[in-house]
Amino acid sequence: MRVPILKQGDCLIASVQAAPTDTALVQLQQDLVEQAGRFHSRGAIIDVTALDVMDSFACRALRAVTQVLRLRGTETAVVGIQPEVAFSMAQLGLTLEGAATALDLGEGLAHFQKSKGGANRGG
Amino acid sequence: MADETRVPINSDADIVDARQLGRALAAQLGLSTTDQVLIATAISELARNIIQYAKQGEILLSALNQGGRRGVIVIARDEGPGIPDVERALQDGYSTGESLGLGLPGARRLMDEFEIVSEVGKGTTVTARKWAK
Amino acid sequence: MQSTKTRSTAKAREVTVEELVTHFRERRESLRTQWVQAMMTKDLLSGLTEEEVHTESTAISDTCVGCLETGKYDDAESYAKRMTERGALRGMMPEQILAGMLTLRDVYGRSLFERYRRDPARLLSALDAYEPVASRIVSIIAVAFVAERERVVRQQQDAMREMSTPVLQIREGLLLLPIIGLVDSLRARQLTEQLLRSIRAARAKVAVVDITGVPVVDSKVANHLLQTISAAQLMGAKVIVTGLSAEIATTLVAVGVDLSKIHTLCDLQGGIDEADRLLGYRVLHVREETGRTQ
Repeated sequence: MRVPILKQGDCLIASVQAAPTDTALVQLQQDLVEQAGRFHSRGAIIDVTALDVMDSFACRALRAVTQVLRLRGTETAVVGIQPEVAFSMAQLGLTLEGAATALDLGEGLAHFQKSKGGANRGG
Repeated sequence: MADETRVPINSDADIVDARQLGRALAAQLGLSTTDQVLIATAISELARNIIQYAKQGEILLSALNQGGRRGVIVIARDEGPGIPDVERALQDGYSTGESLGLGLPGARRLMDEFEIVSEVGKGTTVTARKWAK
Repeated sequence: MQSTKTRSTAKAREVTVEELVTHFRERRESLRTQWVQAMMTKDLLSGLTEEEVHTESTAISDTCVGCLETGKYDDAESYAKRMTERGALRGMMPEQILAGMLTLRDVYGRSLFERYRRDPARLLSALDAYEPVASRIVSIIAVAFVAERERVVRQQQDAMREMSTPVLQIREGLLLLPIIGLVDSLRARQLTEQLLRSIRAARAKVAVVDITGVPVVDSKVANHLLQTISAAQLMGAKVIVTGLSAEIATTLVAVGVDLSKIHTLCDLQGGIDEADRLLGYRVLHVREETGRTQ
């Protein structure tokens, strides 16, 4: 099942389902990179609210897509990690370096709004 | 519910099956949500390990009940190449990414009890247990 | 010739398991009643209905004789397991259960004394066969009962701990978790879980974790803190640790704990001020009397 990606302004929103297969995650990487390039997106929000488990593979996949997107000028935010999943990741020592994290989609969008506002003010 | 559930591991879709069944079993036994996620994550690591190094294998899940204490036992078995140096494979270089990429140290951190038997050329069997707190 | 005679006499003296089992089965109801009577005399059955007493005493005594007969304890184990699952005898105290089982052992043992009292050699043989079985069954049942009680008590303690949520919301987006007392792995985990759930519920962006009241901060506690900080960060929240003295920090660094990830300030007020800044509040300390702002 392909992870759906929506465009909202200059952000892309990918909502990951409960238990994505490895194939779906790899497909997500490709889709995000392709679309971020096409739309010159400033931000990519990966919503993992529904994700049941963040294992080492999923973590590597997210870190990889974050790196590739950054090279193309798109910042990534991973949002919606649930308490139990966060706990499990911390116990495994998994981090999402390079990506911003936020509580949910709303906070994720606010994050990009803020940085946009800052850019305008600061110049 | 049958005494033991066997999940053949042949593809990445099976990883998801195995961990969802593991989580359901843990939930049924009354383990906390956190423990359910820890068990599911450990199963995910072990199953992925099987695919990566042995191409195929199986995961066996059953309930534990010892004198009133409830728990889940996960057995990950394959007839793959085996691990030449189990000590090294279990070293916790996990968080720094220095590990050989095996999910073994990770799975061990998540479970309460962890045993591994491996023979080069024969295969590997990992037995892990998690008890309700 | 002498040795053969001794051997066959010795054999004749031996009390077989079949003999014991037959002995107990022939007296099944009378022994059970004696046992119940003995327990009542010792006031061990308060809290149980007559029906419960009858059902459980029958089940236990039959199981015991069964184990004696087969030499296997599976039946006792599964009775113990069913007993805990059913919640049977839940109203009883561990002392009652243990005393009750010991009384069973004594009553049945005494019946052997009665039967073989004129033949010490056969009495000894009977006791040799009987005692280990009886002791083992007492142990199986008493231990299962105690383990189940401990599990229930732990559950209740957990529930109480959950209810007495030590995580406080000071302002919108700001949580405070004051930790008091020793922190072991189990407690650390519970506190972390509570903090993470509170972050979600309160939509907090900053959490101040105060460890002033934690008497022992070793590398284990420090690692739990680091994990908590990581997990909170994954949920979009920053953690400020207060109450970590310079001495402890030095010791931790010396044993190799990476404190660079811990955003720490010495005292609670400083921590809260910093949290406010992070949240975008301007911090003003206004003196009540003079109205001056500092």
